[in-house]
Amino acid sequence: MKILVTVKRVIDYNVQIRVKSDQSGVETDNVKMSMNPPDENAVEEALRIKEAGKADEIIILSIGEEKSQETIRTALAMGADRGIYVKASNDTEPLGVAKIIEKIVDKEKPQLILMGKQAIDDDSNQTGQMVSAKLNWTQATFASKIEIDGDNIKVTREIDEGLETIKMPLPIVATCDLRLNEPRYASLPNIMKAKKKPIESLSAEELGIDITPRLKQLKVIEPPKRSKGIMVADVAELVQKLKNEAKVI
Amino acid sequence: MEFNLSEEQNLLIDTTKSFVKAELLQHEELLEKTNNLPKELYDEIKKKSIEAGLYACNMPTEHGGGGLNAFDLTLVEKHLGFASLALAEIAWRPQNILMACEGELVNEYLKPTITGERKDCIAMTEPGAGSDLRGMKTKAVKDDNDWIINGTKHFISNAHISDFVVLFASTGEDDKGRNLLSCFLVDLKQKGVEVAKGYDCVSHRGYVNNILHFNDCRIPARNILGEKDKGFELMNVWLEATRLTVAATSVSRAERAFDIALDWSANRKQFGKVIGKFQGVSFKLADMATEIKLGNLMLMESAWKIDQKTLTSQDAAMTKLFCTEMLSRVSDEAIQICGGMGLMADIPLERIWRDARIERIWEGTSEIQRHIISRSLLRPLGA
Ligand SMILES: Cc1cc2nc3c(=O)[nH]c(=O)nc-3n(C[C@H](O)[C@H](O)[C@H](O)COP(=O)(O)OP(=O)(O)OC[C@H]3O[C@@H](n4cnc5c(N)ncnc54)[C@H](O)[C@@H]3O)c2cc1C
Ligand SMILES: Cc1cc2nc3c(=O)[nH]c(=O)nc-3n(C[C@H](O)[C@H](O)[C@H](O)COP(=O)(O)OP(=O)(O)OC[C@H]3O[C@@H](n4cnc5c(N)ncnc54)[C@H](O)[C@@H]3O)c2cc1C
Repeated sequence: MKILVTVKRVIDYNVQIRVKSDQSGVETDNVKMSMNPPDENAVEEALRIKEAGKADEIIILSIGEEKSQETIRTALAMGADRGIYVKASNDTEPLGVAKIIEKIVDKEKPQLILMGKQAIDDDSNQTGQMVSAKLNWTQATFASKIEIDGDNIKVTREIDEGLETIKMPLPIVATCDLRLNEPRYASLPNIMKAKKKPIESLSAEELGIDITPRLKQLKVIEPPKRSKGIMVADVAELVQKLKNEAKVI
Repeated sequence: MEFNLSEEQNLLIDTTKSFVKAELLQHEELLEKTNNLPKELYDEIKKKSIEAGLYACNMPTEHGGGGLNAFDLTLVEKHLGFASLALAEIAWRPQNILMACEGELVNEYLKPTITGERKDCIAMTEPGAGSDLRGMKTKAVKDDNDWIINGTKHFISNAHISDFVVLFASTGEDDKGRNLLSCFLVDLKQKGVEVAKGYDCVSHRGYVNNILHFNDCRIPARNILGEKDKGFELMNVWLEATRLTVAATSVSRAERAFDIALDWSANRKQFGKVIGKFQGVSFKLADMATEIKLGNLMLMESAWKIDQKTLTSQDAAMTKLFCTEMLSRVSDEAIQICGGMGLMADIPLERIWRDARIERIWEGTSEIQRHIISRSLLRPLGA
């Protein structure tokens, strides 16, 4: 079985995001970039499935500007087998990304696609679902546990009511939650090996896909500053404040 | 000149940082409170550092090491150095002087040290000979096929968990009556060696130093590293690089202290403003950041020069001197910026400040570094 794992290069989760003064986006110059955190969980899960002898090959796909290849290299250093890089603008919309993934799936024929549940830059939480629709494959979003059982897969999902476990025949698209596993760090020998692993380079045009944006971004602004919390003397005061000031009850 | 790091170098940094964060930092408090590194914890972290490939990453690949060049090694050492030393050194990088092993010594000492089956420590310093190593009194005398060793070494790091020591001892005098040194590999568990408790040190809690006594200790003739009487030459070839290790950890800890102070300056309010708004504080930050940057540049240039085989003792001395003294200044100012809280063990500043103190003393004191630098400036002028 082949597993396709998608990884996105995003601003590192430790960085304090600053909005550009012209409100066209956020500052990315001289800002540390890393692999989108839930994508790391997806890579880790693929590695564990392969280590358990249930997959033969792990292919890493990243779509974005040139430097996205570094993010692929990170996944290769963690232990994945090879990479595919598709050149596109960094703010390609979920639909554009889904179309590209669809094309790569046609070509590579994986049985399982592992993705992050969302990317921490735009928090769209749409791409996995759209890939599932484009391919007409079953989807299992927000996976916190994955078990392969022959031609079937069992996924435990985090939903509002608690945990839901669903069983489906492969192929499927699963989007991974941070609770799925603890991603490993690349060992030094694996970093050296990753140098020699191939990354195939493609572009949206070459694949014949139209990824022109359907949405128009008007402006990016900072969220309002949170005001300081207050201490209340007793429950009565709390209820009174929730009712009259916060107006939430 | 290339200042950008490569993809692999960034990955090396990521791995080292992840290792520090996942395996080391949570144990710092235990070390500070107990001044003791439990054996089980040591074993567990050692195992993980072998898996991560950090253990012996400085040693050549043909003997099972990680094969990093000096530049990449310096990146790793810098980021490992972020954590408390006793923890960071579990991911042990054997003394590179062991690469001078030849013949049977390769299988007996070099290789098992790289795999982690055996561990080395190094002994030069004596109660009567610190900066002036030529004054050492420990003697090795040839007796048929053995060397017989007598003397005392002190301040020997990690001897209590080591299997053997790289020992420097006097093997004679030159025609001017000056001590000649040679270097030996001595098993610590053998007859005639006593590993005694060392001193309690203000810097680096959980990091142990020992006193070693040699009483008619017999070792086989072949356990000599390099040639007889060529101990100083050996030191010059191999020990310069360890000055950079000290510089690397100093830069990293200065950055750690700085980040705490920066964060504090941006959040601590007095007189109705964050204190970073007062020039008395903000100009300190500017100077600290500038010094750290300078230290980093010196460090990486020296590391690069090792790979180019152009590092001079003056370069190494300047880098060690500046980076260690810079750490002292930066950690002191960081405490100043944090006010009373800076002194409290609740944040790691007081520890970084205490730990900074030793860096100006070991691997050659600041004065000895200045001596090396000034000598190389003046000697060509005949002064
Ligand atoms: C915790 C710890 C661990 C150590 N681990 C090891 C180890 O594993 N192996 C090992 O061999 N050693 C080790 N050392 C020893 C360390 O390298 C020495 O402490 C260092 O070389 C200084 O020697 P000293 O302490 O004897 O000081 P001294 O040499 O006595 O120096 C005292 C003072 O005199 C100054 N001074 C000396 N000569 C001159 C001069 N010519 N000009 C100007 N000033 C001078 C010095 O700069 C210093 O300020 C360790 C030390 C410590 C504290
Ligand atoms: C062990 C200990 C015991 C103590 N005991 C007592 C006690 O018994 N009773 C008591 O009342 N207090 C006590 N103190 C408090 C002590 O007096 C304060 O720590 C001290 O006044 C500094 O205040 P701070 O720590 O809040 O630092 P801050 O006032 O927050 O100062 C932080 C930094 O900002 C700088 N800064 C602040 N304002 C300006 C400005 N306008 N311009 C330029 N720089 C500025 C400061 O110089 C400092 O570098 C104690 C403190 C300690 C550590």
